[in-house]
Amino acid sequence: MTAVAEVNVYSAGQLSRRSSWFILLGGLVVSFVAFLLLMLAESTSGEPAEFNIVGAVLVGVLLYGVVLYVTSRLVEGRRPAMNRLVTTLVTLAFVIALLPLISLVFTVVVNGSARFDWAFLTETMRNVLGQGGGAAHALVGTLIVTLAATLISVPIGLLTSIYLVEYGRGRLAQAITFFVDVMTGIPSIVAGLFAFSLFAMLFGPGTRMGFAGAIALSVLMIPVVVRSSEEMLRLVPNELREAAYALGVPKWLAILKVVLPTSIAGIMTGITLAIARVIGETAPLLVAAGFTHNMNWNAFSDFMQTLPVFVYNSYVAQGTDAQAYLDRAWAGALTLILIVMLLNVIARLIARYFAPKNGR
Amino acid sequence: MTTTAGPAVKAPTKPISKQRVGDRVFSGSTLAAGSLILAVLAAVAAFLLIQGMPGIVADPETTSILRGQSFWEYVWPLVFGTLWAATIALVMAIPLAIGIALFISHYAPRALATVLGYIIDLLAAVPSVVFGLWGANVLAPASRTAYAWLEQHLGWIPLFAGPASGTGRSILTAGIVLAVMVLPIITAICREVFLQTPVLHEEAALALGATRWEMIRMSVLPFARAGIVSGAMLGLGRALGETMAVAMVLSASGVVTFNLISSNNPSTIAANIALSFPEAYGINVNVLIATGLILFAITLVVNSLARYIVNRRKEFSGAN
Repeated sequence: MTAVAEVNVYSAGQLSRRSSWFILLGGLVVSFVAFLLLMLAESTSGEPAEFNIVGAVLVGVLLYGVVLYVTSRLVEGRRPAMNRLVTTLVTLAFVIALLPLISLVFTVVVNGSARFDWAFLTETMRNVLGQGGGAAHALVGTLIVTLAATLISVPIGLLTSIYLVEYGRGRLAQAITFFVDVMTGIPSIVAGLFAFSLFAMLFGPGTRMGFAGAIALSVLMIPVVVRSSEEMLRLVPNELREAAYALGVPKWLAILKVVLPTSIAGIMTGITLAIARVIGETAPLLVAAGFTHNMNWNAFSDFMQTLPVFVYNSYVAQGTDAQAYLDRAWAGALTLILIVMLLNVIARLIARYFAPKNGR
Repeated sequence: MTTTAGPAVKAPTKPISKQRVGDRVFSGSTLAAGSLILAVLAAVAAFLLIQGMPGIVADPETTSILRGQSFWEYVWPLVFGTLWAATIALVMAIPLAIGIALFISHYAPRALATVLGYIIDLLAAVPSVVFGLWGANVLAPASRTAYAWLEQHLGWIPLFAGPASGTGRSILTAGIVLAVMVLPIITAICREVFLQTPVLHEEAALALGATRWEMIRMSVLPFARAGIVSGAMLGLGRALGETMAVAMVLSASGVVTFNLISSNNPSTIAANIALSFPEAYGINVNVLIATGLILFAITLVVNSLARYIVNRRKEFSGAN
């Protein structure tokens, strides 16, 4: 009726949707101009100063947070202002977490591609000083050690999870559940020391071989397999088991023919992720499997090189041409990341395509 | 029509099921596998004890690695460094992880959240040796100017007393790398727990006029407290045992100091083993294994504590 009635009661006392973006833009512009002036002021007094882009962005975002809080507090009140501040902080936390990931992937790809060539994948480091050479021996070693670890861990882990879900009652099952959790927390280097001590007592002091590395990796891998398989087996509906028993199927056949096929996709996904976890382990292999420049196909004698140890060794023991060693380390890191990513993608594909049609 | 069971009706006896060979073999082998896990864990402790004992009682004069100190004098700076580095990592990682988990569970649009969760999981999949390489070659050089600035402007705080490390390989750098490594672990658990908050609690808070932050503070965070603690403890376990990243990033000299940015840093147990083990011989090997035993004991306590906290609050938290 009156002239003031034009005010929308629903949006009064609120900042408009776009105002936060304007404040962000404004904060960044002010900060960049300030840093530009600072740079000009410094460069007149001597050598040309560098433009501090990290500082500019940091100050800009800081400015944004403060200005947004103050404006919101004046316009909207204390509680919405607090809400906006927390939203800013939470988003900021996520952006900060992304920075190392982006930086890591970027540097590994850029530095790794220098030596990521055919020779790197097919040659060994035997008699190589400085340039050239490759990581074929390390790739072979990683494949052998990981395969052996998988062959040990999967049967033990899978059977244990079947015991926990289908058979285990009472004290023993509780103890196993608890100690599997404890085992998950064993530091990788302790697993390596265990394998080293075991083989030192069996075959004399200082025995290092690929198989010892596989034992160390198994200690790390078994609990992961148990936990993931257990979770998957528990997802199998009880009606399926009861239907099988009602048809007179013995328990072990019901598990083999009904429970396992229903959960096989999840179990395979878990195993693949477990492999991806241990394939990058360095410390236990450094301790238990040793390192060498030569190709070694036999897991039961002599030192065996693996890819993570190769990366570590190339980095710490740089020879005469340091850059060549560093390049090989980065190329090894790139190979490692590619393998791990590939395993993760495979795990996801398994989960998607082999999942039971009625499941979950 | 139906009558109650008279005395003439025999009490139902349990049907005698035939014990099949297959059943026995199968249940026996699953039991054996389960027991094997207990045996392996016992073996880990036993072998470390057997091989570590000579190291603990080793004669300081004849053991080259001890350099005349007793074993406990040798191991104390390492224990301190391990705890200190892990503390630095957790102080940075926990608030960030809670923030990220909240962002994924309550702030990001639903379609985006899945992708973002996957990206954070990718961080967990990166091998530690790659983190080490990145920390030593990218992060350490990049942090030199920041450390110099800290020394110049905040040098009056003992933590930043300096002199700032010329290489950037200080314990703060190692702590940052560790923080990045434990971040996805803590985030994953926090995210799970945040998503399990009863929707009715959240909607009730919003219906009472709470802002999003007030809803989170009143319904999500109290519900998730146990989950956050256990996630932090699991992250702590990982940070304590992490080897390669610290070994490659940190330049250690075995002192006990809280100084974050200088080039004189305490080493950690795991990194010390990785650096010294390849060249160790004789009794030195036993000394290193004994330090590993101590690391094992520390992580065992931390992990058991985490489990205890989770189990104690299991009924009303959903974090397990």
